[in-house]
Amino acid sequence: MNAPDNLTAPHSDTALPRLIVIGNGMVGHYFLEQLIETGVHRRLAVTVFGEERHRAYDRVHLSEYFGGRDADSLSLSESDYCDLNGIELHLDEAVTAIDREAKRVTTTRGEYAYDQLVLATGSYPFVPPIPTLEETTESHAALVYRTLDDLDRIRNAAESLAERDIRRGVVVGGGLLGLEAANALKSLGLEAHVVEFAPRLMPVQLDDQGGDALRRQIEALGVAVHVERATTEIVKGETHRYRMNFADGEWLETDLVVFSAGIRPQDRLARESGLAIGERGGVVIDETCHTSDPDIFAIGECALWNGQIFGLVAPGYTMARTVAGCLSGTCEPFSGADMSTKLKLLGVDVGSIGDAHARTEGAVSYRFIDEAGHGYRRLVVSADGKRAIGAVLVGDNSYYDTLLQYVQNAIKLPADPASLILPQSEGTPLLGADALPETATICSCHNVSKGAICQAVEGGCSDLSALKAETKASTGCGGCTALLKQVFEHELESRGIEVDRSLCEHFAYTRQELYGIVRVEGIRSFEALHERHGKGHLGCDICKPAVASILASCWNEPIMEPSLVPLQDTNDTFMANMQKNGTYSVVPRIPGGEITPDKLIAIGAVAKKYDLYTKITGGQRIDLFGAQLHELPEIWSELIEAGFETGHAYGKSTRTVKSCVGNTWCRYGVQDSVAMALTIENRYKGLRSPHKLKFAVSGCTRECAEAQSKDVGVIATEHGWNLYVCGNGGMRPRHAELFATDLDDETLLKTIDRFLMFYIRTADRLQRTSVWRENLDGGLDYLKQVVLEDSLGLGDELETQMQHVVDQYECEWAGALKDPEKLKRFRTFVNDKRADPDIIAVSERDQPRPARPEEIASLAVEVTS
Amino acid sequence: MSTTATASASGERTKAGIRLCTRQDLVPNSGVVAWHEGSQIAVFAIPAGASTDLELYAVDNHDPFSGANVIGRGIVGELGGELVVASPIYKQHFRLRDGQCVEDESRRLRCWPLAFDGDDVVLLQEDSIVRA
Repeated sequence: MNAPDNLTAPHSDTALPRLIVIGNGMVGHYFLEQLIETGVHRRLAVTVFGEERHRAYDRVHLSEYFGGRDADSLSLSESDYCDLNGIELHLDEAVTAIDREAKRVTTTRGEYAYDQLVLATGSYPFVPPIPTLEETTESHAALVYRTLDDLDRIRNAAESLAERDIRRGVVVGGGLLGLEAANALKSLGLEAHVVEFAPRLMPVQLDDQGGDALRRQIEALGVAVHVERATTEIVKGETHRYRMNFADGEWLETDLVVFSAGIRPQDRLARESGLAIGERGGVVIDETCHTSDPDIFAIGECALWNGQIFGLVAPGYTMARTVAGCLSGTCEPFSGADMSTKLKLLGVDVGSIGDAHARTEGAVSYRFIDEAGHGYRRLVVSADGKRAIGAVLVGDNSYYDTLLQYVQNAIKLPADPASLILPQSEGTPLLGADALPETATICSCHNVSKGAICQAVEGGCSDLSALKAETKASTGCGGCTALLKQVFEHELESRGIEVDRSLCEHFAYTRQELYGIVRVEGIRSFEALHERHGKGHLGCDICKPAVASILASCWNEPIMEPSLVPLQDTNDTFMANMQKNGTYSVVPRIPGGEITPDKLIAIGAVAKKYDLYTKITGGQRIDLFGAQLHELPEIWSELIEAGFETGHAYGKSTRTVKSCVGNTWCRYGVQDSVAMALTIENRYKGLRSPHKLKFAVSGCTRECAEAQSKDVGVIATEHGWNLYVCGNGGMRPRHAELFATDLDDETLLKTIDRFLMFYIRTADRLQRTSVWRENLDGGLDYLKQVVLEDSLGLGDELETQMQHVVDQYECEWAGALKDPEKLKRFRTFVNDKRADPDIIAVSERDQPRPARPEEIASLAVEVTS
Repeated sequence: MSTTATASASGERTKAGIRLCTRQDLVPNSGVVAWHEGSQIAVFAIPAGASTDLELYAVDNHDPFSGANVIGRGIVGELGGELVVASPIYKQHFRLRDGQCVEDESRRLRCWPLAFDGDDVVLLQEDSIVRA
């Protein structure tokens, strides 16, 4: 079959240059994807040889093969992927030789000519030379863990032990792959053991304490770990099939042995064809991934760059992109790779970043050790203490992304670097705008990175709307507006451009400054403020609602006062939340989430009568959707009749106080969290603020009310209440910070009074407490001084002001219903009683929902046909 | 209970034009919506400088970006000296005098000329489009 004259010519009908790829592993496949992406595959006749019978599969998740996934589901592409793209894929056909002079490769089935060649041969498992029992049948003492066929062999070996009571398997090697292999054995129902030569697990990625923490976690999962064990021989066992004897005289019996003691580059073909090979193996490549033969490239684990083999897929992928680039004429040199990794091994989080072992001269480490939970975190910083250079994580990878950004982007460390690895309940510092790396995504709707924003600013964008138009950032859901503004202003400032913090073109003041003016001058209307301090003659949709909010926070006059109405956003004007089709949702207040059956029935009756879509909110109340403008007064008069009040869901104001059931019912509760939630909600309902305010009260430390994700969170203790502040859920979650402990009821309320009023006074427009707190000079300590120690002497004033707002409270809806002038506004048409004919609902899951455009179109067809 | 509609007979032709609503229906510095032969007209009444009377503007209530009929419920303001209304859904601004969208040149709201006839608000010329 391999007669030289019988040259097998793939793409024989073509005059295109022939590219042969040896290897169809993860990197080999990724390389094909890059060829296709750049379109180069159309200019080349590409032939790929895979030694295995399976097309490229996800080796990283190999252990899932025993967890229910088959070869097909692990596969990286559909079976016709190469076909569709004109690539010839030869599986189960190993290349046995390369003739560089004749530019041909020989395989187990034929010979093929090439113009250019890519070696993606990967690596093979290293099996230490240990004297092993000679056996006639297939040995179960020298299994390896790399391919699907290897896994089939392991499975067969395990199945052949079915009659045994205890089936035990040992993995030699406690590195990343070894632990994966142990997971595989465990999935097969074997008692899994890991034997590691080094004194700890994952010696490359982890330090001693990290390895120890990982070991304890893994042992807790039922995998036995033996470190510092050098296997000297494998002999016949007594209770199991084999006995492994160790250098220290100990021994361990087992039924099968899987070797996963490292990998070696698969460089045989290269070696035999005379390519340059490293001292300890590996095909030598330069920064364009060329081997010593200019027509041959090598990528992935078989390649040796700068004396280094990269045993991870990411660097292999980078090499693949380099070669695809070279072939398409836009070569990006390979310049090494970051070996930071984030893994889940047997369900345990493990992370290793940069200089994890603190090998850099003068490096200093911070360590957090949790002996109870076997967690471990280490932060390695430079000698001058300014930069993070490495980290080790065991047990919780939620720290990984932030730490990686600190290390990769050389971000200046916070004053207390240890805070980066301390438990999050203490409040993990978030990266501010300046600290975010260029790659950080600001707008996820349009995938705009900080880098793109900086570029736009560099290119001359000097106002926010121009920036939005150019980058599209914040033009999707708009959820990133505040963050975008922060990044934008920081970029301007860092370029020495003065940032205009004017609220809008009508007021050259910040919200905070306007607040001060309103209070000091006792201003009670937009007109008065505008006349004395504004420009133009009308205001706009930025300053009007902002001033309305300030006026409400200061004086708390009903928002339906005629002079205030034109200032409000539509939601405040009509005291309901406008939805996408112009209808409103209605949310009555249900303080603390506590509701009587009668009230529940009343809500149901209203929803039924007006055919409203009904949904439970995240804040323990009920949202009724689909009301038209003219229906709102009737709906509300029925709700008020049933004893409800407005829920202010439409305002930048107090929303809900979520609560757990507390010690009245719960076995674990230590205080009456519902009663406290009611007190808090009834005190602060109607409070207008720069942005919405969410609260929660938990009756014990189990924290069922999730108070630590709220602006104000209260958690019961044996002795009173712990107060947490400035938490947030949503787009940028932030744990609330512990502010004060064991407060009695009265002190708790006074503290919240001061905290909230101080926030209202000093925050920017639409700034949540979390962002306000992050931007607060002096941070939490300063906030504590002001609120708890009264360092500014404002305490009494803040409390008095809050009491004024509380005393002024009245249900806005109750007020509006009494006033025919106000009710005039609740007409869909001022000259016609009809409803908006364009609002069309269809039924879904037994409830109405707005019809989609195509549904409206088809309805129209039905009507006309 | 019912909303206190004060609508006089609308659609009635007078010498001045077609009656839409009355002065009492208007909310200064804000919008209301009138129905006219299948069209939804957002009517804005803006106090005109020093004089005590109101200037009237009428644009289509239909928001081309959201597809909802909501323009009459937007906030009225001033951008670069021009009177605008902001859509309450996605916040684009439209000039009151000619309906032009500030953020997107290709979008313009239909406009109608309005005037007071005593206490009546009348449509001067049916279905005409004011060009800037």
